[in-house]
Amino acid sequence: MFIVKYKKIFLSISAVLVLLSVISMFYFGFNVGIDFKGGALMEVAYENDRPAKEDLAPAIEKLNIGSVLLQPTGDKGYIIKSRDLDENEHLLLLQALSGGEKNEAKETNFNSIGPSVGAELTRKAVISVILVSLAIICFIAFAFRKVSKPISSWKYGLIAVVALLHDVIIPSGIFVILSHFYGAELDTLFVVAVLTILGLSVSDTIVIFDRIRENSKEQNDNRQTDFKTIVGSSLDQSFVRSIATSLTVILVLLALVFFGPESTKYFALMLTAGMFFGTYSSIFLASPLLVLWEEHQKPRP
Amino acid sequence: MTKKIILALTILVLSGAVALFVYKSEPKLNKNFDITGSFFKTHPFRLGLDLSGGTHLTYKADISLVPVGQVGDSMNALRDVIERRINIFGVSEPVVQVQHSGFVSGSDEQLIVDLPGVTDVKQAVDMIGKTPLLEFKIEAPKDAPRIVKVGKDGKIDLGSVDLGPQFTATELTGRYLQKATLEFDTNTREPKVSLQFDDTGTKLFAQITKSNIGKMVAIYLDGAPISTPVVREEIPNGQAVISGSFTPTEAKQLVGRLNSGALPVPISLLSTQTIGASLGDSATSAGVKAGIIGFAFIALFLILWYRLPGVVAVLSLSIFTIIVLALFKLIPVTLTTAGIAGFIISMGIAVDANVLIFERLKEELHAGRSIADAVSAGFTRAWSSIRDSNLSTIITATILFWFGTSLIKGFALTLGMGVLVSMFSAITISKVFLSLLSFMKENKFTRFMFSSGLSSGKVK
Repeated sequence: MFIVKYKKIFLSISAVLVLLSVISMFYFGFNVGIDFKGGALMEVAYENDRPAKEDLAPAIEKLNIGSVLLQPTGDKGYIIKSRDLDENEHLLLLQALSGGEKNEAKETNFNSIGPSVGAELTRKAVISVILVSLAIICFIAFAFRKVSKPISSWKYGLIAVVALLHDVIIPSGIFVILSHFYGAELDTLFVVAVLTILGLSVSDTIVIFDRIRENSKEQNDNRQTDFKTIVGSSLDQSFVRSIATSLTVILVLLALVFFGPESTKYFALMLTAGMFFGTYSSIFLASPLLVLWEEHQKPRP
Repeated sequence: MTKKIILALTILVLSGAVALFVYKSEPKLNKNFDITGSFFKTHPFRLGLDLSGGTHLTYKADISLVPVGQVGDSMNALRDVIERRINIFGVSEPVVQVQHSGFVSGSDEQLIVDLPGVTDVKQAVDMIGKTPLLEFKIEAPKDAPRIVKVGKDGKIDLGSVDLGPQFTATELTGRYLQKATLEFDTNTREPKVSLQFDDTGTKLFAQITKSNIGKMVAIYLDGAPISTPVVREEIPNGQAVISGSFTPTEAKQLVGRLNSGALPVPISLLSTQTIGASLGDSATSAGVKAGIIGFAFIALFLILWYRLPGVVAVLSLSIFTIIVLALFKLIPVTLTTAGIAGFIISMGIAVDANVLIFERLKEELHAGRSIADAVSAGFTRAWSSIRDSNLSTIITATILFWFGTSLIKGFALTLGMGVLVSMFSAITISKVFLSLLSFMKENKFTRFMFSSGLSSGKVK
């Protein structure tokens, strides 16, 4: 099986991608949305052409609500970001944007989140990431409780976790790059995407490891074939189904990216990346790693 | 064989009936929705604010003065009062929820208010937040010390001295009110608000009127006097009338607010979110479009790659979709953009089980089994993989659901429900139809039709 034969190439590809993702996370930094840090986000659409930013700036400055960021959206609209606003400030800002009713700004979306709500959500997000990770590790330990030879079960588990990290880090790296160039923000949906990737990707790895387990049990009796061949043939048997199942999920996710609501676009895109790399990692990363480890623990001739 | 045919037909008829229910109970799809049966009428999809447009408000309740053991009760009382206030304004299907403090949710007791269709936040905040404070005050003794302001230069600010009668507070407040009603004066046609006190209030009012005959009793609303009638005689029956310069609308609002009572605990607004109706509409249609296109993609892939079993899988996916949609209506699940995404993803996962089965089926065919044997072996051997691969998704969905904010709850609920239903539909329904087909005459063509991908179904 060529995957096992050229394992070092595939492992290097994964390593490079993970490294690039980590570098971009540090280089670009996360663009945290108002969900977590608090603040206000307003979306308005103008009946006629939207006024230039410079024309609106003086009226907004008079309100004394700190720095206000205007981003053009669509043909006739703006997205306005500022600190969290109370009802009065909200109405005054809307008036300032309308510029004396010459060209009325119609509000399509307004969201103001107080800092305490943001802090609360951050706490919730951290807690649930920890909980999901713990649950997944327990699940892995449970799923591999019966495997032993020639590789002990905790090694299967550890490799599954390595594959999991790989599957989360690369989409996060892609997200950071997207957020730097297209202004996607790290919001609640990002956290949900990370957690969903955790859930989806581990199952794929488990199905392939399941095959390896089953085949090595059969082969153990006559001890003819080495572990490398077992992994190779297991991959042969299961990679079609692996690709087929993730393809179905990726197909619906792509439908969401291209045709779905605006608000879940980046979410679906991140899940697509997670699904893709989840499948890639279980075929091209987890199984070769297993072989590599087995070769290392053998006494060298 | 006959048994299997009957079973298959039953499944088809039942899912047809469920599909009819889903279709009939949707107002947008039925022209004469108003005259359909009430069962259909009460089961449209329940759309979240991000799809229907509306306002989402989060309040913090200040419970610092409430004894520890009574926090739950006061929060429920608060919810009831707010619900009543919203109902006066005729908002359809408002949702008012209490979110208790805790390890995960943070230290604040919160009240979450969803107002579908209300996009004027100012109006919404006003209708919820205004606490009508009704007080009855009596004339202070003539020699009571007057409250005056002292100016910066140490002299008395003469402008602040109110030479009119002074009033002091009594125990009688809006708390003792039993009922307020709107009436119109028979002569002047002016609106007036008639008050009926409860037992304690009646006693207090009788006492106040008895000891103040010939004097004024002032009725204060929110700290301002709105009416200062002179007491002519003792009023023992606990009835009072406020007639001020109300417009009929103001009087009506006052009556509504007085009846809904005062807030048991003070609240402050933490965050607001408004979604315009047009944005919600476009999000809904985009979600529906993505769902249909996603379904079409999967169906195309399944039929091209898995041939006859693929057709069966598409059938079971359709039944899966119908069942889940009906559950959304019956439970009911509030659908949000994230919720629709969760459902669409669960469609992809639902196919996963069928793919696992069909791959096994192909292997069994290669190993030289007959079609019928291969079908039943394929189902048995794929089960452990299906269970394992869905379990981790269910675990994640469960934790996410517990995580709590409405956005995530919607996603976790639809995803989790989808995966659970798919374990039933992909296995049971696909099995019934596939084993029905597997009794076809065995030849090159049928073996090809039961195989998948690039393989021809020959024995290797």
